[in-house]
Amino acid sequence: MGPFAAVFALVFLAPIAYSIYLSLFRDQLIGGTTFVGLDNYTQAFQDDKFWASVGRVSLFLVVQVPIMLGIALLVALALDSGRLYGRDFFRISIFLPYAVPAVVATLMWGFMYGTRFGLLGDVNDAFGVSLPDPLSPDLVLASIGNIVTWEFVGYNMLIFYSALRVIPHSLYEAAEIDGAGQFRVIAAIKLPAIRGALVIATIFSIIGSFQLFNEPSILRNLARNAITTSYTPNYYTYSLSFSGQQHNYSATVAIIMGLITMVIAYVVQLRGMRKGA
Amino acid sequence: MSLRTRRMVRGLALFSALALGATACGGSDDDASDRKEVSAADIDAALDKGGTVTVWAWEPTLKQVAADFEKAHPKVEIDLVNAGTNSEQYKALDNAVSAKKGVPDVAQIEYYALGQYSLTKGVSDLSRFGADKLSDQYSPGPWNAVTDGDGVYALPMDSGPMALFYNKKVFDKYGIEVPATWDEYVEAARKLHKADPKAYITNDIGEAGATTSLLWQAGSRPYQVDGTKVKIDFTDKGAKEYTDTWQKLLDEKLVAPINSWTDEWYQGLGDGTIATLSTGAWMPANFVSGVKNASGDWRVAPLPQWNAGEEAGAENGGSALALPELGRNKELAYAFVEYANSGEGVKTRLEGGAFPATTEDLNSSEFQNTEFPYFGGQKANEIFADSAAHVADDWSYLPYQVYANSIFNDTVGKAYVSGTRLTEGLKAWQDASVKYGEEQGFTVEQ
Repeated sequence: MGPFAAVFALVFLAPIAYSIYLSLFRDQLIGGTTFVGLDNYTQAFQDDKFWASVGRVSLFLVVQVPIMLGIALLVALALDSGRLYGRDFFRISIFLPYAVPAVVATLMWGFMYGTRFGLLGDVNDAFGVSLPDPLSPDLVLASIGNIVTWEFVGYNMLIFYSALRVIPHSLYEAAEIDGAGQFRVIAAIKLPAIRGALVIATIFSIIGSFQLFNEPSILRNLARNAITTSYTPNYYTYSLSFSGQQHNYSATVAIIMGLITMVIAYVVQLRGMRKGA
Repeated sequence: MSLRTRRMVRGLALFSALALGATACGGSDDDASDRKEVSAADIDAALDKGGTVTVWAWEPTLKQVAADFEKAHPKVEIDLVNAGTNSEQYKALDNAVSAKKGVPDVAQIEYYALGQYSLTKGVSDLSRFGADKLSDQYSPGPWNAVTDGDGVYALPMDSGPMALFYNKKVFDKYGIEVPATWDEYVEAARKLHKADPKAYITNDIGEAGATTSLLWQAGSRPYQVDGTKVKIDFTDKGAKEYTDTWQKLLDEKLVAPINSWTDEWYQGLGDGTIATLSTGAWMPANFVSGVKNASGDWRVAPLPQWNAGEEAGAENGGSALALPELGRNKELAYAFVEYANSGEGVKTRLEGGAFPATTEDLNSSEFQNTEFPYFGGQKANEIFADSAAHVADDWSYLPYQVYANSIFNDTVGKAYVSGTRLTEGLKAWQDASVKYGEEQGFTVEQ
């Protein structure tokens, strides 16, 4: 127990404790470091930039996550139905984007999105049309959502698919004897059986949405005016720390965001489990 | 005490130890041991004794300078490290300073960024090495940028008096005159874009350095800095002239939305998509290396004026070498900086294509008569030197310009991609800069 407690304290508790400790101070160019108590927290609660970024990832969460999980579920059910020719090929192909590093994936999509030099530009030139610019301020969040969906459908599909595979075959046989159709089987057997997997995937996706960083930070090189330095909470803490030298405030924002994520993930878990009971 | 409580106590003790360790790191140890005057003899003695100097710089011509310096002083080793270009290097430097570990002995810092380091005493005052006696050697613009009161916080390495680089082939093809004023520049932009919808007068997606330089030329003085008192105001007459003119270029979509220093940009400079650049005199070397295929197409002209007949100049870019306060081997470090930026190293760097900050070199006939094959044999340095002579030296940047520039696209950038006006964008930039200044303990006036 002793060694475990030491490693646990050092690896898990110490960073959190240090962040909380940092968040109680303020380091200024003029005046140096002073203890400010909870001032940083007061400031964060009144910080429009921070709440705008929270609003942005929340919007992302309620739109992108259902779409992504919906597609993943459909694909998993299709693969599991046994009626698909070349099942293993599809399973691997759909999972493949998850194996591509997020940075590479974003760069790749960024080149496709370019209206001047990318695929979209070529399409515009070839057909003499002018499609809306995916990197404009109004569309860039949707464009990021598209990248994230592409990256993670395969991952979620695999979670659902594995859960579907462990359902005992006797249930299907019983359903067949009772004369249940495929949709009835899905609604009455498959979905209830993989509820746990659905809840887990949802929680992972919530955490992933709130931690959105790679995609906006890479795309920013192509769309500096559309993606601000406080675009997502994570990107905001990064900018505060590395451009503004506001490490203390950055720690504060990180802690608040961590708490928000925990609370929402916990609520979703409670709800998911209650229904399951 | 039960086993459980004992464990908890042990955990708590570990916690406290960690927290204490952190406090120790945060504490300040202000040992101002070396503030005394350093004579030339002291420096010579240090050079004979030898040692290693770590230099963080991205300026390519320094490589040869470092080799020459090592040859002249065999016991001294110069460790030249490229720790990233501009803001990336400042991040690395800031991190090293807060960790109090791995701080370089010499760092390249651009003029716009130096204020932050001199104000917080992050870099050493070089006047105790006798740097204050070098003031006559440098152009007023760069010298003003490295001094604050009596302190000299770096030695100017190069400078960037602005000029207009234009693609003569494109201009001739469409019968466009070289603009002498910014109004004529807008006219030229219209004419060019009408003649060839794929061609633009220049590229611009919102760049803080370019905007502040043009404001500087227009006579705007948005930043007034007096120690920790700062005034920020983007509404003066010069700023209005700039926004009125530039807004026309944005409204009529006359500037190419191409990011500078990208492949697309180099390509655009080569194939005539981007017809002019208003930038610093350090640009020619980049043309030669990056836009080879357009050799002979481009020429240099004086920067267009805001009012006909005036001769206002401005600086864009340019950097200096400073000694971070936490660096070691101060005498050796200063000896290298002086060698590179005031002594023999200057000649070496000029041969490598750098643009000098030293007036003697700027005014030498050898320098001014240099013909640039890339610009069709034009004596471009005459134009640059003339521009350098007309730079107003009362401009100042914010003591936290690096941060301010990092949020330029959050605020002013909106004017490039939405209905936001440039004046509104600048106001938003002003507000955000004021807010940051106040948070950092400055007294800010608007």
